[in-house]
Amino acid sequence: MHGQPRKAPKPEDEAASAAKAEKLRNLQSQFLCFHRNNIYSKEALEVNAKLLEINPEHYTAWNYRKLAVEHRLTQSESDPDSVNSILNEELKVVESALRQNFKSYGAWHHRKWVLSKGQSSLDHELRLLDRFQKADSRNFHAWNYRRFVASLLNISEVDELQYTTDMINKNFSNYSAWHNRSVLLSNLLKRKAQVFFPKEKVLNEEYELVHQALFTDPDDQSGWFYHLWLLEQTVKADAPLLVSSWPAHDSNLILLGDSCLEDSALSPFNTFHSELGTIPLVVYFNKAVEGVNSSTISVESVLNMKGELTWKPLSTNNSQTAQVWVTYLNYPDIKLHSSEFYPVEVSVGHSQGIISSNGFHYSHPSRFAFKVFVRPFEKDLAGHGVEMVSWREDNFLLYESHSQESNPILSLDQLNIKDDHEESSSKWRAETIANEIALFRELLSEINCKIGKLTLARLLIAHDMMMSPIANKVVHSEEVIELYSDLMMLDSPHSQYYKDERSLVLLQQITSNMESLLRYCFRHGDRTSSFLGNSICLRLNNLSLSRVGSVEKLLWVQMLDLSHNELRSIEGLEAMQLLSCLNLSNNKLSSFTALGPLRLLKSLKVLDIACNEIGSHSIDTTRYLCSSPLSHTEEIGWSHDEMVTGDVNLANYWEAFLIFKDLNLTQLDIVGNAIADEKFKSFLVKIVPTLKWLDGQQLQLH
Amino acid sequence: MSEDASSYPPIDPTNFDLIVLGTGLPESVIAAAASANGKTVLHLDPNPFYGSNYTSLSLQDLSSFLISHSAPPPSPPSAPSDGHDFTPAALAARPLFSHVEISSFAPDVLGEEHSRKFNVDLCGPRVLFCADKSIDLILKSGTSQYVEFKGVDASFVYNENGKLTSVPDSRAAIFKDKSLGLTEKNQLMRFFKLVQQHLEDDGEEEGGENESRNSRISEQDLESPFVEFLNKMRLPPKIKSIILYAIAMADCDQDNVEVCEDVLKTKDGIDRLALYNSSVGRFPNALGAFLYPLYGHGELPQAFCRRAAVKGCIHVLRMPVIAVLMDKSTGHYKGVRLSSGQDLFSHQLILDPSFMVQLPLASSPPGLGSIKRRVARGICITKRSLRSETSNFLVVYPPRSLFPEQVTSIRALQIGSDLAVCPLGMFVIYFSTLCHDANQGEKLLNAAMDSLLTVPESAHPESSTTVHSENSAEEKPTVLWKALYIQELTMDHFESISSTPMPDGNLNYNNILHATLKLFQKMYPLEEVFPETASPENPEDDNEFSLES
Repeated sequence: MHGQPRKAPKPEDEAASAAKAEKLRNLQSQFLCFHRNNIYSKEALEVNAKLLEINPEHYTAWNYRKLAVEHRLTQSESDPDSVNSILNEELKVVESALRQNFKSYGAWHHRKWVLSKGQSSLDHELRLLDRFQKADSRNFHAWNYRRFVASLLNISEVDELQYTTDMINKNFSNYSAWHNRSVLLSNLLKRKAQVFFPKEKVLNEEYELVHQALFTDPDDQSGWFYHLWLLEQTVKADAPLLVSSWPAHDSNLILLGDSCLEDSALSPFNTFHSELGTIPLVVYFNKAVEGVNSSTISVESVLNMKGELTWKPLSTNNSQTAQVWVTYLNYPDIKLHSSEFYPVEVSVGHSQGIISSNGFHYSHPSRFAFKVFVRPFEKDLAGHGVEMVSWREDNFLLYESHSQESNPILSLDQLNIKDDHEESSSKWRAETIANEIALFRELLSEINCKIGKLTLARLLIAHDMMMSPIANKVVHSEEVIELYSDLMMLDSPHSQYYKDERSLVLLQQITSNMESLLRYCFRHGDRTSSFLGNSICLRLNNLSLSRVGSVEKLLWVQMLDLSHNELRSIEGLEAMQLLSCLNLSNNKLSSFTALGPLRLLKSLKVLDIACNEIGSHSIDTTRYLCSSPLSHTEEIGWSHDEMVTGDVNLANYWEAFLIFKDLNLTQLDIVGNAIADEKFKSFLVKIVPTLKWLDGQQLQLH
Repeated sequence: MSEDASSYPPIDPTNFDLIVLGTGLPESVIAAAASANGKTVLHLDPNPFYGSNYTSLSLQDLSSFLISHSAPPPSPPSAPSDGHDFTPAALAARPLFSHVEISSFAPDVLGEEHSRKFNVDLCGPRVLFCADKSIDLILKSGTSQYVEFKGVDASFVYNENGKLTSVPDSRAAIFKDKSLGLTEKNQLMRFFKLVQQHLEDDGEEEGGENESRNSRISEQDLESPFVEFLNKMRLPPKIKSIILYAIAMADCDQDNVEVCEDVLKTKDGIDRLALYNSSVGRFPNALGAFLYPLYGHGELPQAFCRRAAVKGCIHVLRMPVIAVLMDKSTGHYKGVRLSSGQDLFSHQLILDPSFMVQLPLASSPPGLGSIKRRVARGICITKRSLRSETSNFLVVYPPRSLFPEQVTSIRALQIGSDLAVCPLGMFVIYFSTLCHDANQGEKLLNAAMDSLLTVPESAHPESSTTVHSENSAEEKPTVLWKALYIQELTMDHFESISSTPMPDGNLNYNNILHATLKLFQKMYPLEEVFPETASPENPEDDNEFSLES
């Protein structure tokens, strides 16, 4: 069971185990012979039973028994007595196998299989379970089986809940008991069963119970996991919500064609340059949803748009479920009357169909509106004279805001999505979380407890989220950041997790209001570059970030500097559909797979991934499957066939190919990665024909 | 009685290695241990029952035992000197009980017939800790086959508000406890862990490894008073009180150093915590830390006597000894004279403390000079349990919980009929506390009884109106029968005539058995106590500890 040290085997033990192995080999070859010849005689079954008694892990032997049972049952269909004896025999074999190893998957499964035939009496099963749970109250196989038997016997969930209470009272250090409790309560709460309604009352009692465990022995983790579940039940909003969009509500968008435009009256937050005459329209939900399409989101505009809008999920794994969805508004005729604003109104969820991955419908219909002002293109500019964008420090000037300009963060608040359906319940939530925070502050004043600190940090975040679910008022972020920094020291094996969490909180803090955000907003000194225009560069460099977050507030960003951080992944960045310049240099990105989100950034022109760890690690830990052209499920346009020929083998650089093939980069910095040798660079030049600058060198035009 | 005795046939043989007078637990253990080592032992008792001062009796027998043992000793008949080479020295009874006060409030309920169904302990309240050395002795000696135990269900602390709160004595109990606040739970459990860690490191150190010394409690702390250590750990008063009096079972007010006669040192406190901790859960059928013997504590000496008998010890009850025979020339002990007139000889003699030899030349009788403190004991019989949900439990009244002048802790033990100590539906509640004088002791016990029970005003049979007040569940249970008595404390004494200790004021037998085994070692320095036998007589029963589930 638990905490029993292994002993070195004695010589006589070794002799015994050799004898056992010999016996096992013998039985095994006999059994396989019967199996091969489909012999299901009494003798054959006895050999099999002996084998399973010694080695309950023999899956083939269990499968053979199933075949044998089916065979014998068909022969004795008419006689209930013999059916009974066949099945009882099976239960006996399982029992003796379980005596040998009560954690044998095969044995427990076989028992379920026999009972599922519905012919056996179940009376014995609970007694058997009591024996196993007495031997080891945490045996999750027994708990699993208990759920199975309880449902067959129609034992009420209330009774089973009481059973978990009893087990927890005996010894609260029992993950299985707490887990079963969460399963049973979920069902009871969902059904709003008597005594289990309202949810608030039930959860309060559960908090009360788990507090006893957490305070009695904070070093025991099982209770903390249950507490985490309770916290989730308390704060989670079941239904998906729209949390942000681009363009933002009430914004005046300027679609620029003229790159040299200098008009300080225009807010750079809302100025957007498009060569293609399209505007991305991005909707950002609080959880992954499916069913976003032209019938669930309607877009009204005086600008005539060609046909129906097609919404695409921004998902890196080709799933049809995503937190962020995008569509493109086309302006087919750019010679529109140039001094006019064109209003666009977007309604989300007025007809049903947007569903979260756990089955909840989008139930808070909302609308947002913005106006678009189009400035005509000077077409000839687009073709030539692409300058290199330099990320050098002295190129940046802190942005000075104009008081009257619209504020991308304020506009989020104006989205006005309120969770007003349960006023009393949200009051309860706030009280509960506040109460929990006070309690764990008290505990931490007594002792130094890692998981207590983590829980407090989570509670504080939950508190801030709840106070203002869309634009976070970050009251506690300093404290949370301190807790995570503390945890990184206390618990170094998990420091990466704490670093990730800290990064998220830090970004939340930075993006929480305009004032703090402006400290990271810069103007690029080089105004001549056509992509930069007068747009703002958000510089989140040198912040020890290991993860990207708060992207929902950064959808307006066109130029982003994330250099000199500790990023291992850029998950979430795919939502920044306007991004044209991105600096990821001097991070810890270790493979092209980690750059996957870039594939969804269609506007990206300038990318700096210099000084990362791409190619340094022989194993790509961000992927489960090996890298190969066959490991991708998506359809690849095989028009690149010609690449395979010549001196470059496409398969070698498959990951790079997938990232870069759809991007129209004009500038790429990749120096300082193990992979970036001359061969690879020449490969890049071939697959990215738009490339003008590679590692600071201007490429010869083909 | 002496007529009874004279009608006995004479005892044969007449020479023994050891004669033991009295069948209390210490005497019985010595008789059993000596017999197990092949000594010839004669075990005598003037009483018609086993157990002497450690016995369990019916209500009537208990009353008459207490009264007869509290009367001033009758002047012993002067034994005739009859020209042998020894002189008889008269053996006198020593009154070890006083201030005996017995009241029956419901003679109708407790008639003659009912009274017989009681097995009331003379030395109560008393329990065994599951991890007690005495349990090991019972197992090792093979006595366990003659006695059965049951776990005591719970233990409570009486607090100033007159409420009983359960003692959070294990992780599971702390978790379930309703009276402690969350922070208090954390503090208490942390303290338990600290002690446990200290004990583990202590154990490891013997192996030579000395890595984790920092989790040990410092030497200086170990020598300081336990209460100071608890203060240093910032434990709140409530938890301190639980640890000191309900777990470490301290007798005196530890917070009041001037009054306290036995300040518990940290190291002893920790030893007591360790005993308690290893007791909880030692036996799967016993939930708590304590055991109680079925049919009462009188079973224990009896079981040792049976063990002795198996090894050849001769037991004779109802056999008073009237004199001790002393060698004329050397003045050394030679033998005893029975009331039947027979003289028996042995190398050594063990006397139960209720006897003293009146030697013409001897100084003060052994042990008596050292009496400073006494034990006040009380017994109440009720028809309703103090707590509806359980029948067998311990209650501790920490010092100052009843009134400010209470300087000792009082312990109470309720035992129900499922332990075969009383008729079905009745309960026996034992009380005890240490005291200096009878007044103080009586005051303490009466206060403790009044706090949880209704003691009727007078003992007249007419006042049986008490019966209908039992109807209300809110009411305290009414006492049907009550005894209160003061018992002297005597120490063991070793010479050619040795004497054994009286029951002490503790809950368990550890100190008494420790003294007893030391006495045995002094008598037989070369012998092992209950040596392991190569072939146990009852192999399937050996080391089998019978516990009623």
